[in-house]
This record gives sequence, structure tokens and C-alpha cells, in this order.
Amino acid sequence: MYKPDIIQYISLNHYLILGAALFAIGLIGVMVRKNIIIVFMCIELMLNAVNLILAATSTFYSDSGGQVMVFFTMAVAAAEVSVGLAIIVMMYKNIHSLNIDLFNRLKG
Amino acid sequence: MNIDYIFYLLTALTIICATMVVVSKHPIRSVLFLVATFFCISAHYILLNAQFLALVNIVVYAGAIMVLFLFVIMFLNLNKEVERNKSILYWLGAIVSAGCIFLMLVSSVGKVALTNGNIEKENYTLGLVENIGMSLYTDYLFPMEICSVLFLVAMIGVVLLSRKENKFTTNTVSNV
Amino acid sequence: MNSTIILNLMLWPSLIGFIINGIFGSRMSKNLVGLIACAGPLTSFVATVIAFFSFRDTSTIVDLYTWFQFTKNIYVGFTFNIDNLSMLMMFIVSGVGTLIHIYSIGYMHEDKGFWRFMAYLNLFLFSMIILVLANNLPLLFAGWEGVGLCSFLLIGFWFSNDEYNAAAKKAFVMNRIGDLGFILAVFLIAKTYDTLDFKLLTQKFLESGLNTPVNIWITILLFVGVTGKSAQLPLFTWLPDAMAGPTPVSALIHAATMVTAGVYLVARMFAIFDMTPFTQQIIVYIGLATAFIAATIALKQNDIKKVLAYSTVSQLGYMVVALGCGAYITAIFHVMTHAFFKALLFLSAGSVIHGLGGEQNIANMGGLKSKMKWTHLVFLIGTLAIVGFPPLAGFFSKDEILAVAFSKNIPVFIGLGLCSVFTAWYMFRLYFSTFQGEYRGDHHKWDHAHESPMIMLFPLFVLAILSIIGGFFGMPEVISEHHAIDSFLKPSIFSKNVFHVSHTFDYMLWTLTVLVLALVMYLTYKRYTAKSKSAYDAQSEGIGKVLSNKYWLDEIYELIIIKPLRILSDWFNRVFERVGIDDVIQSPGFVLQRAAKGLGILQSGSISYYILSMIIGFIIFFLMFIKK
Repeated sequence: MYKPDIIQYISLNHYLILGAALFAIGLIGVMVRKNIIIVFMCIELMLNAVNLILAATSTFYSDSGGQVMVFFTMAVAAAEVSVGLAIIVMMYKNIHSLNIDLFNRLKG
Repeated sequence: MNIDYIFYLLTALTIICATMVVVSKHPIRSVLFLVATFFCISAHYILLNAQFLALVNIVVYAGAIMVLFLFVIMFLNLNKEVERNKSILYWLGAIVSAGCIFLMLVSSVGKVALTNGNIEKENYTLGLVENIGMSLYTDYLFPMEICSVLFLVAMIGVVLLSRKENKFTTNTVSNV
Repeated sequence: MNSTIILNLMLWPSLIGFIINGIFGSRMSKNLVGLIACAGPLTSFVATVIAFFSFRDTSTIVDLYTWFQFTKNIYVGFTFNIDNLSMLMMFIVSGVGTLIHIYSIGYMHEDKGFWRFMAYLNLFLFSMIILVLANNLPLLFAGWEGVGLCSFLLIGFWFSNDEYNAAAKKAFVMNRIGDLGFILAVFLIAKTYDTLDFKLLTQKFLESGLNTPVNIWITILLFVGVTGKSAQLPLFTWLPDAMAGPTPVSALIHAATMVTAGVYLVARMFAIFDMTPFTQQIIVYIGLATAFIAATIALKQNDIKKVLAYSTVSQLGYMVVALGCGAYITAIFHVMTHAFFKALLFLSAGSVIHGLGGEQNIANMGGLKSKMKWTHLVFLIGTLAIVGFPPLAGFFSKDEILAVAFSKNIPVFIGLGLCSVFTAWYMFRLYFSTFQGEYRGDHHKWDHAHESPMIMLFPLFVLAILSIIGGFFGMPEVISEHHAIDSFLKPSIFSKNVFHVSHTFDYMLWTLTVLVLALVMYLTYKRYTAKSKSAYDAQSEGIGKVLSNKYWLDEIYELIIIKPLRILSDWFNRVFERVGIDDVIQSPGFVLQRAAKGLGILQSGSISYYILSMIIGFIIFFLMFIKK
């Protein structure tokens, strides 16, 4: 049987920091990109950072709950992406642009 | 080759790919780099002995979701659109604040300080399909069912959203 | 009977009448409105009669509930005092009030605002009853303000006329000046004597009994209040203008009850006035000056109500002189008789005006005795009563005031005597020019002149009887040993001042009175029954000009008070209002407007900015926690 040696060499902290880094990168993307599809992708990236941390914690604590949670996250992400992309397509039909700064009708 | 080298290599690759997702100007490239990032993350899952997750990640994220993204980009024909960048100041602000978030997370991580946890109790078969399946269909049965309802709702929503607006539907139907 | 029940019966009926008439009056029939309005004062009157038989010569305190309490001693409650003084005042207020309510039903019947008028009258009566029954200064002040308000409302009753509104405002403002003095006096009393209860105050005054500067200030300030309410110099000019109101109002408020509130106040606070001779001197001279000025002005007035108004001011001057001499009971006695005959005069004048369809100028009257027999008769009684023809009401009370003045201060006596002559002159002039001689006015009106209905005549008869017998309650010692008013009021006003005049003086005074009256009657008869109107023309030179222009008092006030105030307020408007207040008040608005414009940029609708600011918020939040 394959033995995951990883936990003997690498600490959980490494994974946590990696997750944090991915999360921060995704955050930068959400903030700076104008193309709404890329913003959406960056959100997926952030979700994956969290998934990674969940999976790592699950392994290090040897509790399957974390991995199940990742599975659910993926399920929700899939649903979210399908609906989100449908909305984006509809918005594009309306204003013929994907520039996030043009979606600024949401103000008093 | 020692396993921690693999980890570091993989980590570097992940971060580079993720960065490229953010910085590359072309949407298609962004998508491709994101796919690469997902593959890297799947590799991490395998390192973590979560084989089921690794597979699902590739199939759902890299396979389904990213294809969806690609499809939308192709569909809207966004290759021509040149995205104008935001101001340097805004970039700087975003990077600084994201950096702050990163530091925040890292500083809270330092307190966890869990290294080489409960190795003795380690269950190596935790991430296998049968075990995940067991807990999914026993302990987490209800959330699982809710998930299916969620998909149903999402599907209906998408169909409603992308339906063609036709004011004369009834007329057309009667004509036919 | 329980004192609380009686007090409630005295106090509330008029308020209930006001509320019912005020809310539902416009939808009720006029008869019902009149009935409800009259029921209030009548109930009060009956309750007063019961109280008279139950609590005579005692001082019954009824504390309904606490209004407020400052310190341990300054307790201000809805506390009422039923003693002989307040009972006598209640008799006057509710008795005359009832009669005038009945009269008003006839007089105001054709008016659109009939229900409103009756409601106001009821409210006035309620305030007046509070004023009379109050057992502490703030409660009295509440009633004092209440009657002031009703006076304002009723003077300006016909509010579509600007002149009447101006008169109402004038009355209100002049009263405010007096009220300022009053309320300052209340503060000063609270500070110095640490109580506001009349009984305790009287006790403390009598104990301390010193002519200290504080006491002088208190009395002077109180007297300022009196000059406002009781129309004394220099604040009396509102009263003649107040005749703009309907005639019953002039009778009830501006002759019989409200204007005597000042006299009542001084009588209530007699103890403190007794110990400040300086203020008493001021009061005497102010009263004398008022009596004289008003009497002389009345000589040249042609408006029937104006003459009566100036006569009221003059009579109030008499009362104030009596107060200044320390003869509080005499003053109250004159308040009583004056209420009878002045109400009678006003109401019969109202009857004349009513009969002539609104004509008020006596130059256009004359010979009305053939048209209005009863009105003529009661007016004659009223005239004889006010000029002091023996043995009518005015004779005794005025004689007593003159005797008091004689025993205190001979020049004042002479001045008052002169005023009596003037009183006789203008009253007989009024009487002759209205009822005797020949008609001088428009014949159209003459044809329509008619006697008033019974509902108006009935109160006149009652008041006429009272004017005849009113004086017998206070006959001088020459005639009778027993002075009913004096012994009745002694328990409330136990001032030690004694006034003694020789019997010879009394006889001389009476003889003189009758002789002078006869002479004046003859002269006025000769002069004012003539057909020509020349006797009524405003004279263009000499004293006559001064008098018919009322000493130019209004013009002088305009010049020395209103104009400088105008200039001052203009200056304030320019400097303080514009620069100071406006800018200060507007600056927060200006800043906010600017800030809103600046902050509005933040609400760009741009999602990226929103996320960025959200992240910054996260960081700040985190840093706040990390500090701990």
C-alpha cells in the first residue's frame, strides 16, 4: 500500500501558507481584472485554495470530514459556475461588453 | 528524490500558474493556466493521499468547469477584446491589501503549529474512493441529497436564464 | 359635603363645556351649544353657593394632584384654596359669568362662529376659576396665562378683520410684558422664601415683615404684572383696543373679571405689600395717574364701547389706589360692585349696538329711550351706579375708596374726587347722547331699531338689581355697624391697616357728591341732548385735542419703544441673523453637502472598488483584534 510520506517531511503549515498564497493571488485577480470571466476564474482559484487547505487538514488529522467537505465545495462550485456563466452571457447580450466597470448600475 | 523536493517544486509551479492566471492578458491563456493550476492542485491531493479528490478535481474542475469557461469565451468571441488595465495605483493598492490578507492568514497559521501530527493513528486509506463513498452515503447522506437538489435548481436556473426571449411564442406555436 | 367634590364641581364644568362645544359644537344645534355653555358656569355658581354654606370662614385646601416639586419646600400642586376671598371672587366670576353666557346666546345667535364663541367663553371661565381658586403662585400664573390666551382669542374673534387681529396681538403682547414681571417675582419669591404656597407665604411675610430691597423688588415686579393684566399706566392702552371683541367679551373679560385679576393678586399677597411702603406709594400714584388719564380721555370719546373701556381703566385705577393705601378689602369691594355695574353697562351698550345693527358712534344716536325702554332703564341704573349716586352700588364702594384716600393722602383724595367728577361727566354724556334728546343718525337704522330679546334682557335685569343692592354689603359705619364685606373677608385678608374718617367728613362727601352730580347732570343734559352733532366733533386745538387724541400715548409708545426696537431688530437681522446665526446653522449643512458629494464618488457601482474597500475593511478589523 502506498504510504504518504509527505506528512513526515512537510508540516501542515506549509499547506496552509500555500493555500493563503493562492487565496491572495486569487484576490488580487478579483480586484484588478476587468474581464468579468477572469474575475470569475479567480474566484474559482480562491475556492481551490480553500479546498486544498481542507484536504490537507483532513489528511493531517486523519478525518474524512474535510475531504467530504471538499467534495461538496466542488459540487456547489459547479452549480455556481453554470449559473454564473449563464448570467454573464445574458449580461453580455444586454450591454455587449464584459467589462466589470460597466456593470455599475448597482448604486442608489 | 526526496518527497519534500516534490512538494516544493509542485508548490512553485502552482503559484507561478496561479500568478499567470491573474497577469496574462489573453482570456484563453488565463483559462489554460487555471487548468494547469488545477492539475498542480490535484497533484497536491495525491501527495496528501486524497486520490478520490484528485480525480474529482481533474474531472470536475479541469474537465467540466474550465471547459465551460472556454466555451463561454469562445461563444462570446472575446479574443478580439483588448482589456484596458487599471491604474498602477489601483494595482498597487490591490497587491498591498492582498498581501496584507496573506500576512494575516500566515500570522494566524503560525499559531496552529501542527507538525507531523498523529502519524501513528494515520489511516492511509482515508482518501480512497470506498472510504469517501462510505462516509458520503452514511454520515453525510443528507447534504448529499441536498446537493442533488441544488444541481436541479441550478439546472432549471440556467435553462431559464439562457432561454431565448420570444414575445410571440404562443403565436409561433399556433402557426406551427 | 366633601370639599373635593365641591371643588371639582366648581372647577371642571366649564372645561367640560369647552371640550364638548369645542369638538362637537359645529355639528350641534345652537340651542344645545348655548345650553351646554351656560350649564358650566351655572354649576360652578351653585357649587360656590354650597361651598359658601359649608366652608364659610374656613380655609379649605384641596390638593388634587402634584404638578411638580423642585425642592422639599417648593411643592406645586393642583392645590386649591376655598376661603372667603376666593369664594367672593367665585361668586363674581361664576355669577356674572353665567349671566353673560346667557346674554351671549341672544347676542351672538346670528354669528357663524357661535359655538366657537361659547367654547372660548367657557375656556375663559375655567382659566379664571383656576386663577381665583389657586393656592400657589404657579397655578395662579397658569390661570393668569389662560385668561390672557382667551382674551387674545376673543378679542380677535372676528379674525377676518386685520384691525381686530392687531388689537388682539396688542393685548397679548402688553400682557406678556406684565407677565414677565409676574414670573420674575415668582422666581424671586421662590428663591427668597423657599415656598410658593399662599398660606405659608403670608405667614412668612408676616413673620419677616421687613422692608428689605428684595421685598421691594418682589412687590414692584408683582405690580408690573398687575399693570399688565389690570390695565394700569403704562400698559393700559391694550384695554380700549380690546373692545374689538364682541360686546359680551368686553363685559365679561375686559370689565368684570379678568382685569380685576391684578387686584385680586395684590389682595392675595397683601402681607408683602403691607411691609413695603415704597411700593405702596408707587402703586397709589400709578393708580391715580391711570384713573385721571383714562377719565379725561373718556370725556372725548365718541364710541360707546370706548367710553366704557376708558371708564373701566379709570375704575381700575380707583381700585389700585385703594390697594396702594392698604385697603385691600375696599378694593375687592369695588371689584364686586364694579363687576355688577360695568357688566350691566357693557351689556346694555351691547343691547343698543344690537338694536341699531352695529352702530357704535354716539354722535349718531339719541332719543333711543322711546325705542328701547328696558335697555334705557337698566342703562340709567348702571350710569347712576357708576357715578356713585346714592344709594346705588358705586356710591358705597367709591365713597369708601375716597374715604381711604382721604385718611391716607389728601392730594390723592383730591385727584380721585376730580376723577369722580369726570366720571360723572362722561357717563351722563354717554347716557344723554344715547337715550335722550333726538335721534341724529341714519333714519334707516332708526326704523329698524328694536328692543333686544328677552334672553338678553334677563341678565340685564339681574345685573341692574345687583347694581342697586350691591352696595349694601359694605355700608360705611355712619349708616350701619355691620360692614358685611369687611367682616366676610377679614379671615382671608387680615391686614391690620385701619382707616378712620370722621362722620362729618362722610356727610360732607355725600352732600358734595349729590350736588356735583346734579350740576353735572344739568350741564350734560343741556349740552348733549341737542340735535346738532357739533358737540361730538374732534377739537383741533387746546386740551380737547389732547384728549381726543388720547394724549398721543400710542404714538409716544410707537416712537420711544417700537421704533428703537425696530431699528435694533433690523440691526440684529442684518448682523446676527445673517452672519452669525444663518451661517452657523447653514455651515453643517454646507459641510455635509460637500462631504456627500465627496463620498458619493465612493458609491461608484464599480465592483472592483467595492471588493478592494471590503478587503481594506477586513484588514482594519483584523488589526483591531491583533492589538489585543
